[in-house]
Amino acid sequence: MENESIIEVQNLTKTFGKFTAVDNISFTVKKGEVFGLLGPNGAGKSTTLRMLSTLARPTKGTATIGGYDIVKHDTEVRKLIGIVSEKMIMYNRLTAKENLWFFGSLFNIPKDVLTKRVDELLELVQLTKWKNAQVGTFSTGMRQRMNVVRALLNMPRVLFLDEPTLGLDPQSSVEIREFIKKLNRENGTTVVITTHMMVDADLLCDRIAIVDQGKIVALDTSANLKKIISGADTKILNLNIANLTSELIETIRKLHCTDSVTQENSTTLKILVHGDEAFDSVIDAIRKKNGKISSMENLQPTLEDVFLHITGHQVRDSADQKIQNEKHGPFAQQQRRIR
Amino acid sequence: MSNMGAKTLLSHSLRIAWKDLMELFRNRLGLVLLIVMPLFMMVMVGFIYPSNGGGLSDMPVALVNEDAGFGNSVLPSQVFLMGLQQINDQTHMLVLSNASSMADVKDMVQRGELQGGIIIPSNFSSSIMNGEQGTLIIVTDQSNPQISATIQAALSAVFNEMGTMLAQQNVQMLSPTINATNSLAVVKPYNVQTEGVVLGTPSYFDFIAPGIMAMTVMMSVMTGLPVAISQEKEIGTMDGMMVAPINRLSIILGKTLGQTARGLIQGVIILALAVGLFGVTIQGSILLVFGLLLLGVFAFVGLGIVITSFTKDQETAQMLMMTLMFPMMFLSGVFFPIQQMPWYMQSISQVLPLTYASQALRKVMVLGAGIPAISTELIVLIVFGVVMIAIAVPVFRRAMTR
Ligand SMILES: Nc1ncnc2c1ncn2[C@@H]1O[C@H](COP(=O)(O)OP(=O)(O)OP(=O)(O)O)[C@@H](O)[C@H]1O
Ligand SMILES: [Mg+2]
Repeated sequence: MENESIIEVQNLTKTFGKFTAVDNISFTVKKGEVFGLLGPNGAGKSTTLRMLSTLARPTKGTATIGGYDIVKHDTEVRKLIGIVSEKMIMYNRLTAKENLWFFGSLFNIPKDVLTKRVDELLELVQLTKWKNAQVGTFSTGMRQRMNVVRALLNMPRVLFLDEPTLGLDPQSSVEIREFIKKLNRENGTTVVITTHMMVDADLLCDRIAIVDQGKIVALDTSANLKKIISGADTKILNLNIANLTSELIETIRKLHCTDSVTQENSTTLKILVHGDEAFDSVIDAIRKKNGKISSMENLQPTLEDVFLHITGHQVRDSADQKIQNEKHGPFAQQQRRIR
Repeated sequence: MSNMGAKTLLSHSLRIAWKDLMELFRNRLGLVLLIVMPLFMMVMVGFIYPSNGGGLSDMPVALVNEDAGFGNSVLPSQVFLMGLQQINDQTHMLVLSNASSMADVKDMVQRGELQGGIIIPSNFSSSIMNGEQGTLIIVTDQSNPQISATIQAALSAVFNEMGTMLAQQNVQMLSPTINATNSLAVVKPYNVQTEGVVLGTPSYFDFIAPGIMAMTVMMSVMTGLPVAISQEKEIGTMDGMMVAPINRLSIILGKTLGQTARGLIQGVIILALAVGLFGVTIQGSILLVFGLLLLGVFAFVGLGIVITSFTKDQETAQMLMMTLMFPMMFLSGVFFPIQQMPWYMQSISQVLPLTYASQALRKVMVLGAGIPAISTELIVLIVFGVVMIAIAVPVFRRAMTR
């Protein structure tokens, strides 16, 4: 019972012309799990979610939700799922109540049940006071809460959330995270959430799939993913060097034991190193160049580090890469010029 | 089961249509434009185009009477002036004033105070009395070719009248037993009388009102539909409908119902404006008018859905709308009778369904036609609608899950 799977994905692929957005991915999600898809912009997270929620047709591969094929039995699948998409699914000129009413009425829910449920959901996200106000007048946080409860109208067994905390202030982000957790704990709703924010993934997800360039490059619990780093005998050093120079950075980068170097600010470096003598080599190298180490810390690995370790680049790097690779889209040209 | 299916399909469609109309009614500016657009269209085309009778009226024209006279008999120049006055009282084509000389008239025409002048030369009466031709001189504003034609038309009508009167007098003098009516028959044995199908003279508004109505209602489904759908795709709300376990057809049907309602509202506004402001009368049944508008919507729905399936964003949809709207407007006989167009243009208009819709609507509204008189148009519209929907449904289903 515990390990019963509710979503099974096999070799799912989506191409747009020659571009492969989702590349042959397979995974299963267990019932009652919070499953995260973590990856940089353009990794293919949204596309995966859209395919699973029947909004996009897979180019290849299959997936089932609750035993129903997402292509052949799409109507059955739709009854089981709710989706909070990247874009706000709300009509600005309708009130909060009207919006929920409209979307709810598409689910064949009896009128009295729906009326009650709309009120309950509005209460749940503290919007009862504004139920007769047009959604267009809402703040971003209020709108996002509306967007989330909209997906709950049919009491879905699987809830898909595409970057639900994007653009929210820390306070609202916490609220949304708490809400999702509560939903999962109390109703047993299975949650699949995409994010490029490590905190989201770390705090919410039972298991995380790290996605990069359309592929799943790692899939495990947060703790196990972090063990990839310790298991690989990799350490993370946070170095504070008062007289940091680019020459010094270059020296460290060239060391045998160095995996990667990231400059955090004008005096701070984050270094991934491996091997027993790693610490000594780094310190020696800095001393030789007359670098003044004001502090040194051995950090616990974060998911960011895991990503860096596995893919060899940072989440932010590939976000930039996406812009370069993108030959389509109205802003492609503009972005390139700005850079 | 299929009955159940149809029922839920319809109920979902109605929900979607209701939602669309709610959005429409909450949009104040949109509502104002909904009314202003047809009003502009009516006012512009209605007043720019000359209505029947050549259109020109109340042109300031000066008279210069230099006639020296002939003895003390009734002067032909006086008869002419009386005749001119009489005809002008009926037609109001000219506003007559007096001037002293031809040079004066030319001066005033140049300054724009007059649009023309009629000069009766000094030998006018004497020439006629001596059995010679009497000559009149017309001074015209050459910058406006229509004026000289209008003045000439007025003059020839006067002369025609005068000639007839003179001939009638002569006949009666020759044979006193003949009465006035018979003498007229001797002088003018042929007479043409125009008799319309309905009473009165239809104005240009009568001509264009049905066309504009047909066009507005049909455009709302043909181009309003792609715009409405691509807009929802763009802002993302379409996903909200797409993840609901509803038939895809109810989305398109709901949108169509919403757009149809919108188009019909506009159609009614146009009709009200036409009747209230421009004196248009509806000769046929008003129910048939609405029936025709709905049939027009049906004929265009399929085409609208096909266009929807191929347009990805709102910008494309809007551009496509402009591209389609203009040729349709001018080639479907909405503004000018298609008979005035060259044959190759006419053959294009023969394949445009709007041609048939506006033609049928015009027959009903202007000529008071019933269903039998417009059966050809009805058949064309029905066939076109059925064929287009048969093409549209599978195309749309495929386009929705890309
Ligand atoms: N409809 C489409 N047509 C063409 N390319 C597309 C389309 N949708 C997505 N892509 C491309 O597929 C890639 C993956 O996009 P996707 O939106 O799934 O990424 P993502 O992981 O959700 O990124 P983000 O964090 O920016 O939301 C991107 O490079 C994107 O440009
Ligand atoms: Mg995304």
